[in-house]
Amino acid sequence: MLNCTKPLEGDEKAMNQDIKLRVSNIEKSFPGVKALDKINFTVKKGTVHVICGENGAGKSTLMKVINGIYKPDSGQVLIDEKAVDIKNPIQARSLGISMIFQELNYIPEMTIEESLFVGNWPKDKLGKVDWGEIRKRTIDLLRKENLSYSPQTRLKDLTVSDVQMLEILKAISYNSDIIIMDEPTSAITQKEVEVLFSKINELRDRGACIIYISHKMDEIFRIADEITVFRDGAVVDSRSKDDYDMETVIAQMVGRKLTNDYPKEKIVLGENVLEVKNLTSTRNFSDVSFNVREGEIVGFAGLMGAGRSEVMRALFGLDSYESGEILIKNKKVDIKSVKNSIDKKMVMLSEDRRRFGIIPVRSVKENTSLASLKKFINKGRLHKKVENKTVQEYCKNMNVKTPTYETTIESLSGGNQQKVVLAKWMVTDPDILILDEPTRGIDVGAKYEIYKLMTKLVQEKKALIMVSSELPELIGMCDRIYVMAKGEITGELTREQFTQENIMKLATKTK
Amino acid sequence: MKTNNTWSSIKSKYSIFLVLIVLFIICCIANKNFATIDNLTNISRQISVATILGFGQTILIISGMLDLSSASVLALAGVFSVSAYTSTGSLLIAFIVAIVAGVFCNMINGVMITKFKAPPFIATLAMMTMARGAALLYTNGQNIYQIGDYVKFGQGSIMGIPTPLIFLVIILILTWYLLNHTVFGRSTYAIGGNEEAANASGINVNKIKMKAFIINGIFVGIAGVLFMSRVNGGMPNGAVGYEFKALTAAVIGGTSFTGGIGTATGTLAGAFIVGFLDNIMVLTGVNSYLQQIVRGAIIALAVIYDIWAKTKRTKSKLGSIEEKK
Repeated sequence: MLNCTKPLEGDEKAMNQDIKLRVSNIEKSFPGVKALDKINFTVKKGTVHVICGENGAGKSTLMKVINGIYKPDSGQVLIDEKAVDIKNPIQARSLGISMIFQELNYIPEMTIEESLFVGNWPKDKLGKVDWGEIRKRTIDLLRKENLSYSPQTRLKDLTVSDVQMLEILKAISYNSDIIIMDEPTSAITQKEVEVLFSKINELRDRGACIIYISHKMDEIFRIADEITVFRDGAVVDSRSKDDYDMETVIAQMVGRKLTNDYPKEKIVLGENVLEVKNLTSTRNFSDVSFNVREGEIVGFAGLMGAGRSEVMRALFGLDSYESGEILIKNKKVDIKSVKNSIDKKMVMLSEDRRRFGIIPVRSVKENTSLASLKKFINKGRLHKKVENKTVQEYCKNMNVKTPTYETTIESLSGGNQQKVVLAKWMVTDPDILILDEPTRGIDVGAKYEIYKLMTKLVQEKKALIMVSSELPELIGMCDRIYVMAKGEITGELTREQFTQENIMKLATKTK
Repeated sequence: MKTNNTWSSIKSKYSIFLVLIVLFIICCIANKNFATIDNLTNISRQISVATILGFGQTILIISGMLDLSSASVLALAGVFSVSAYTSTGSLLIAFIVAIVAGVFCNMINGVMITKFKAPPFIATLAMMTMARGAALLYTNGQNIYQIGDYVKFGQGSIMGIPTPLIFLVIILILTWYLLNHTVFGRSTYAIGGNEEAANASGINVNKIKMKAFIINGIFVGIAGVLFMSRVNGGMPNGAVGYEFKALTAAVIGGTSFTGGIGTATGTLAGAFIVGFLDNIMVLTGVNSYLQQIVRGAIIALAVIYDIWAKTKRTKSKLGSIEEKK
């Protein structure tokens, strides 16, 4: 691990001639989270540098800093040992950096030729976009890559994997020296992976360097020259591939010390409350079966895109599913809308609080009572006294800290917002609570409070499902853990089988 | 910090009324004829139709929508109502016909928006054109005159209080009650504030949007009766531009176009601000073209204030987070 605190000068510079990119003491914080903590690492010319780490380890954040999307709070990015200030992706491109994003962001109505040259239009003498030139270059590129599309095909008519492949070609076509690939294979087929790898080899031979982010162990060891492991916003270790093996990488990825400060208590489990049989939604997940008992906390582990949230959304009536059965208290239920689910006493705390959890501009009180307004109705009129009393009682129970109950929820901290959303669901008096990333984006203190609440809830004989990307909290809080990969459940672990290594192995399992 | 918060919330809640009072005082000083009973009664008659439309707009804007068709639907409901009166002689039937016509058109708006997911702007723009066309088609482009007792709706008064003002107050109270004391109101604010979260909280978003349009339809129908009665005839070309007067009242009154924020009393204050300004400009002999520029500038100011207040709010929020660190 490198620990340089000042920019290199003179002799040292000459010694590091083969270093193309250097990241020096980069720090970046978001409200409530330190995403990057003094990151130092270097990428050599003509190498493939793989970065691995769990969700939220800070990989993508760092790449976005290098690509100019985020501005670091402190620290420097150096190219050829010269400090550069990258303000935006266009500037990054002019410095020879291009990036393939993990999440595809494309405009479905755009044609292939438009999308290949967006932001980079060749212009004629009058400053008009030269569409003839674009057409010519697009046809050349497509022919070279053996793709049979017309330049005017719209992106919406392509498969996701074709679009991803085009993104890759586009990034390569800039002739960049530094190409960042953030999980490029998550959406493409095996055949295309081979194409991608041969491209990467070409690029490496040309002297470009590739920063390759991936979770997939087999890929990592096929393609890497160097490997750096990230954890909790910091670099754990950086070695050449030959000095690593799979076990070491996994151990370093998850290597947080397990602390005992989870308020887990032994609860006598009751009957099956929720049973899901062969739930399938072709695009997102298939054949998902599991059960949850009274007083039990069941965890769902998996990497990003494993389909965990999608299963929960379907269960809660936010998305539809194609086949499968849902049984609540041994009775088959048909859940078509959120209302059905709430009526069956099943509620969900969404992973995306801002999008699905809160009404930002409305008060804590209105947010708390929102899901159970019917309870406060008396002859068509809202009974405000009862409402106020109930809101206060539940918010106090959840230990919500707010100046008044009329304060808008957006002015509270993330942790307190989350507690208000929990209070909202508690007012509905649920039997089953689905908690999707309940501690995401909130500070340590608030996290502990959420754990305590979970313990209290199972003592009250509720059944809990906890989806989380943080293995320690799953291991600390759950009675059983299901692990998902690529839309399927790849394993079920009981408490004595809980280790981060066991979970990671199932989560990275490729069939 | 606690006191600071409540103070700023009080300030933002009542600042519009403060503006109204200051404006009133300025008007009183500017012209001695302003603060006479006659003139103030006159103002209330003048603003009542647009303000009633404004209450409908308020409900719709709070839920993240709007209605461009309200003035055209007003005209259609109005001519139907007048013609119902001239053929039956019943004021009650005429009144009911107007409401039914208003509700019907707005249900079509609602269906376009909820079932076919048309953007409210486009859907109501289409209705605006259709309803106006229907009103002209029905009357063959001719005004209906000699409407007899029908004028009582808009020109009469009860115990010295002009009838339009009575309607205005009733609809104000109704809107206030709906927004503050019913599940419908809460759901409306929630949908406008964050539609996805409202849906994920078990609110039937489409049903509430549909209800909002039906209520708007009732208000538009009543406004149609008052308007035709005030102008002494069924005029298919009447009330052009009133939808924008209504939107202006709502926006000046603090209803936020980003949804989730707004009050009935704010819209009332907004309507009076515009009414006072129009009136004082006439009384002091301001050039009528200049009047229009002033009216436009007020809308711009109101919107800029709304956005400025919002960014200030988020900034102070970020500030408090950093403080904690």
